[in-house]
Amino acid sequence: MRALGWLRSTAASAVVAVAALGALGGGQAAAQGKQLTLCWAAWDPANALVELGKDFTKQSGIEMKYEFVPWTSYADRFLNELNSHGKLCDLIIGDSQWIGGAAENKWYVKLNDFFDKEKISMDDFVPATVVGYSQWPKNTPNYWALPAMADAVGWTYRKDWFSRPEIQSAFKAKYGRDLAPPKTYDELKQIAEFFQGREIDGKKVYGAYIFTERGSEGITMGVTNVLYNYGFAYDNPKKPYQMQGIVNSADAAKGLEFYKELYKCCTAPGMTNAYMQEGLDAFKSGQVAMQMNWFAFFPGLYKDPNVGGDKIGFFVNPAGPKGHFTQLGGQGISVVATSDHKDDALAYIKWFAQPAVQQKWWQIGGYSALKAVVDAPDFPKSAAFAPQFLESMGIVKDFWAEPSYAQLLLDMQKRVHDYVVADKGTAQQALDLLVKDWTKVFKEQGKEVASQ
Amino acid sequence: MDTMTTISQPDHATMPGVSTPAKSRDARRVRGLSDRAIAWLFVAPTIALLLAINIFPLIWMIRLSFTNLNLSMSYLPLRFVGLDNFRDILTDEDVWFRLQTTAQFVISSVVLQVVVGFGLALLINRQFRGHSFWTTIILLPMMLSPAVVGNFWTLLLQPQIGPFNYLISLFTGVPPSSFSMTGQVSLAPWTIVLVDTWMWAPYVMLICLAGLRSIPDYIYEAAEVDRASAWRQFWSITLPMTVPFLMLAVLFRAIENFKMFDMVNLLTSGGPGSTTELVSISLKRAAFEKWRTGYSSALAIILFVTVFGAANIYVKTLNKVKQR
Repeated sequence: MRALGWLRSTAASAVVAVAALGALGGGQAAAQGKQLTLCWAAWDPANALVELGKDFTKQSGIEMKYEFVPWTSYADRFLNELNSHGKLCDLIIGDSQWIGGAAENKWYVKLNDFFDKEKISMDDFVPATVVGYSQWPKNTPNYWALPAMADAVGWTYRKDWFSRPEIQSAFKAKYGRDLAPPKTYDELKQIAEFFQGREIDGKKVYGAYIFTERGSEGITMGVTNVLYNYGFAYDNPKKPYQMQGIVNSADAAKGLEFYKELYKCCTAPGMTNAYMQEGLDAFKSGQVAMQMNWFAFFPGLYKDPNVGGDKIGFFVNPAGPKGHFTQLGGQGISVVATSDHKDDALAYIKWFAQPAVQQKWWQIGGYSALKAVVDAPDFPKSAAFAPQFLESMGIVKDFWAEPSYAQLLLDMQKRVHDYVVADKGTAQQALDLLVKDWTKVFKEQGKEVASQ
Repeated sequence: MDTMTTISQPDHATMPGVSTPAKSRDARRVRGLSDRAIAWLFVAPTIALLLAINIFPLIWMIRLSFTNLNLSMSYLPLRFVGLDNFRDILTDEDVWFRLQTTAQFVISSVVLQVVVGFGLALLINRQFRGHSFWTTIILLPMMLSPAVVGNFWTLLLQPQIGPFNYLISLFTGVPPSSFSMTGQVSLAPWTIVLVDTWMWAPYVMLICLAGLRSIPDYIYEAAEVDRASAWRQFWSITLPMTVPFLMLAVLFRAIENFKMFDMVNLLTSGGPGSTTELVSISLKRAAFEKWRTGYSSALAIILFVTVFGAANIYVKTLNKVKQR
């Protein structure tokens, strides 16, 4: 009898345990076998996203698979995928400039109804990121992505070198002012010239690292940081696509000349085709005093045992004679229209938009665009580069986001690289040719391009 | 004793299982497969595959070359534009500049590869200690993938840490970090020629070696009897008899270098500026970065016709040389 009683109680316990497990894992059981593929670039924030995504899997039971591609082939790879209506990606964190083409070609799912249904308001996100990553046409309430990774160009500098008394006094003796992070491009050039070829700790160092890459988007994403601040604009705000005298204004040409001067005077030898990774390598190896790069890399740099912590400082892209702007980076997350798992992908976006998830995203190395995170009183103190990031996001400008952006970008890559690195022609000629190239592209697209 | 074997004609009609030709034809007709049909049956899969992966895309590309198709703007209506794409290409200064750059690259690299390859073949053709080892070492570069070659030469040529600049510095006294092989307008075109020669001269060497080994020894022996000097033997025997092989090597390498993309793309991305932008890089940019499908199809056809035409003329010349 006792044996029978034991058997009964064990069986009852087993039934209860199975029921409890079933209740606990209800979500997982329902989602068993479900999987989402998220496509993005292979870089530091992508690792943070993998970490963050584990919470989504825990909650929903949906497995996350990732397809990360290096930046240099990121656009080629994924635009090819979208163009061919492939099913590789369910979710894609696409570059800001893709939004026009993605919307017009219907590569992305339009998110307006979903946002309304789930009460996700774009007013809760940093305005520049909504315009930059989500809207097409720009400045209209048509949303194709949720701002996922806010980013902009910023600068890092060797705080430890800047604070050395002998370096400070040498700088003051030469320029009659204290050595401090530059506020203007003229100051930046002076500091870069000061450090160029200087020997520090027995090693020859160089002034600045700037983008010069030819193949994808590098030199354009670098030079625009100077051009904007010298008066360059993409078109006439009153007459869309009217570029003559604006893209190639005398001020814009001066900006381009300045970038070339900076490249010639103050960069390390061999930096003729260098982008993000080369900049990180140059800075981490103690080769340069100042480095232009995307904020996305700054958490990693801050943690670097050799040049991070107290040794590194950050500053906002310096102002120029005609304004103070910086190049927008970053991306929004979209649902791919050809995905077979659109509902699950939307569930991911709903989960990702939550303030608690966004807060964690920022804490582990991503850059949230949610106002609740970046406008929180303690945000500026949450990371060494947080104040500069916040300031930068208020002064961003982006490249064309037209469907023909790739042609426009490659034309600019060619004209700028020809002038800055290959010494071909003058700055004015380079920009005149750029206007000619862009006019042709827009005309092919069926746009009306006013010459004056 | 003569043994004669008489083979008598068997009576097909009476032998079981063996039919007369008339009956055999009937049987085949019944099965519906003639010899010709069976032959076609065997060839059909290959032809179908060829049509699917070679001929159909070619015809499709020809069709696209007369349209305005741009895959990044596929929502725009597809328009027939006649010869506009061809006219745009042939009147574009940039395209002509790329063709010139490509021609310079092809000529310089092929000439260098033939000289170096032929020289190596003459050396390897002799018997010496470690012959097999050195042959393997020399052949190593051509066994590597162009992507690997592009990447490691990028490191070798890095102005600050790359050993190449230090080597040059050792012989010339020029500071190693004062010049960039891939970043300077004056050096970058020669750099891609140098790396391509390093990789493909062994291939030319192999072809030349086949030529050298095909020369019969008795010709040299006769020359020795005639007291011809080594130099005379080279000019009168070795070189003329290896010319067809050299011309073959030139043909293969010229066609390959006209299409060169991967290694140059990795080494310079066509830069600095557009200094090393070969026409294949332009084509890739137009097709898969700018997505100008109609335009790039037209460019691809122009290049195909150019290479095909040039190769045909060359092959005819080669045949004439062989006949001599």
